[in-house]
Amino acid sequence: MVLRNLLLLVMVLGLCGLAFAQSPTYGLGKTPTAETIRAWDISIGPDGKELPEGKGSAKEGAPLYAQKCAVCHGKDGYGGRAPQLIKVDAAPAPAPGGKQPPCLSPCIRNETVMGLYSPYATTIWDYINRGMPFGKEQTLTPNEVYALTAFLLYKNGVIPEDQVLDAQSLPQVKMPNRDGYVLPDWKHGMPRPFPNKP
Amino acid sequence: MDSKKASRRKFIKSGAAAAAVGAIQSASGQAQAPAPVKRSLKDEVAYGERSQYVNSIRIAVTDRPSPDEFGLTFHVLTPLQDSVGIITPSALHFVGTHRGAIVPDIKPGDYRFLLHGMVDRPLEFTLEELKRFPSVSRIHFLECLGNRSRAEHKTVQQTTGLTSCTEWTGVLLSVLLKEVGVQKGANWVVSEGSEEVKGAGSIPLAKAMDDCIVAYGQNGEALRPQNGFPVRLIVPGFEGIYNTKWLRRMKVVDKYYMTYNDYGHISKDPKVAALNLRWGPKSVITFPSGGQKLPGRGFYNITGLAWSGGGAVKKVEISFDGGHTWKEAEIRGDVHSFAHTRFGMNWKWDGQECVIMSRCIDELGQVQPTREQVSKVYNKPPDYYHDHGIPGSDNSVVPWKIASDGSVHNGIA
Repeated sequence: MVLRNLLLLVMVLGLCGLAFAQSPTYGLGKTPTAETIRAWDISIGPDGKELPEGKGSAKEGAPLYAQKCAVCHGKDGYGGRAPQLIKVDAAPAPAPGGKQPPCLSPCIRNETVMGLYSPYATTIWDYINRGMPFGKEQTLTPNEVYALTAFLLYKNGVIPEDQVLDAQSLPQVKMPNRDGYVLPDWKHGMPRPFPNKP
Repeated sequence: MDSKKASRRKFIKSGAAAAAVGAIQSASGQAQAPAPVKRSLKDEVAYGERSQYVNSIRIAVTDRPSPDEFGLTFHVLTPLQDSVGIITPSALHFVGTHRGAIVPDIKPGDYRFLLHGMVDRPLEFTLEELKRFPSVSRIHFLECLGNRSRAEHKTVQQTTGLTSCTEWTGVLLSVLLKEVGVQKGANWVVSEGSEEVKGAGSIPLAKAMDDCIVAYGQNGEALRPQNGFPVRLIVPGFEGIYNTKWLRRMKVVDKYYMTYNDYGHISKDPKVAALNLRWGPKSVITFPSGGQKLPGRGFYNITGLAWSGGGAVKKVEISFDGGHTWKEAEIRGDVHSFAHTRFGMNWKWDGQECVIMSRCIDELGQVQPTREQVSKVYNKPPDYYHDHGIPGSDNSVVPWKIASDGSVHNGIA
């Protein structure tokens, strides 16, 4: 009995504490289970804390690439009907008399292939995992995604062929463009940093 | 002069009378009603169609093949040349998709929106629950980063058609974020769509708490499937890509998550980086514009649209001399923050060849630059951006050249 009262007291205090911090006003919606969140949450941040168990290297990635990616991206990672993935020394020349087609955003060219331009290797893992292969998205296993990420990084000269990527090592990969971007800044009423009074 | 006025008045009066009875004068002088419009029962009762004589349509972007190598249409352009007022009819709203026009078919009853991450109480909402929250209806433009005018574009639909303006209805994202309780240390919010690629993007938490809308309404009805049915995010003034369609999840996080969409838009140049978040002041003349023809000298109502990612449009100016001098145009209609704003100017064309262009000045005092001014900022020759894409979001002035025969052409090069 005393225990029950104590428990009640703790609960009431707890609730008060919550209410004091910030309480829901409308009480709409339901609390998702941890399992629901795990199943839905496919965002991988630069720290890689959401990365799943699994591992893979470029050696395992090569046959997977040939089997699942080459049909659209080209067998050497360029010249396919889908965006270029691997930097080439001699980029395919535009058709005679033609100029390079305008590139709508995000525009992928030799210098902006994901395996070089992305400041974090986690971005590559995240995108392969959520968006590839085209038409069969979210069917790759974590091992396959690690292997394909490793393959693209190896082919672009970022990591050695035998490096194994997993939840620990992937966020540690030092991407060549790691410091090559400025974080966009925004505050209410802030003008753009552009000479605005010509 | 007086008699001229009188006869004009008489003409207007008789015209008005004819219009009032919905008739035209037949040769015998008797009123004769036009034949009724042929309509289907569905059209007549269930959902109305526009007149068969109105044929304003969207077109696919012309900068790349469409359908593309995968048989998909990439981006679709709003016919701004036909627009009146500031609202884009939902059926004519531009469409930008991540990698082709793949529109998920989401049953409203199955829809769930998950809000989680660095919050005290993650919550998932049904569509019905979202609609139970206090709603807002606000008029905002959307614009795709790909909205870049080029010398080879013939019409305003091609130069500028990747922008539209809509009354969006929904619940403020800030209301939902307060409901889940954002934790200390949170700085960014990642949003994600339900389509095949689960397109994601990161916005600053400050913006998420400011004026973003989790929207389910578009111009008085449900969102169109191409525009995110049943629920999308509206991030006023930001690039189109942040306005996640088919919104299924938002995650509150500590740092920039650098999604695929984010990475495609980053830059080493701080100027370009910041230009890639929000739109600058922008405007375009929609009449007279490329592909149209003035039948002869005389009076015209120059009209166009102005908007800005900086907030409300303060002023619009028009130049007739290649941008050396500018005259203030009239704002014709209401001014909303982050919304298309209609402007106009009474003008008598003398039949001479000329170049007309507009520029927008927003409430922050930002001024829309000409291509030459953009060139100066990036240390390029003055005509460099005549055949190069402008870095960041292109808000450069679009000039129209009116030839002495009245035909209107792209005036970029």
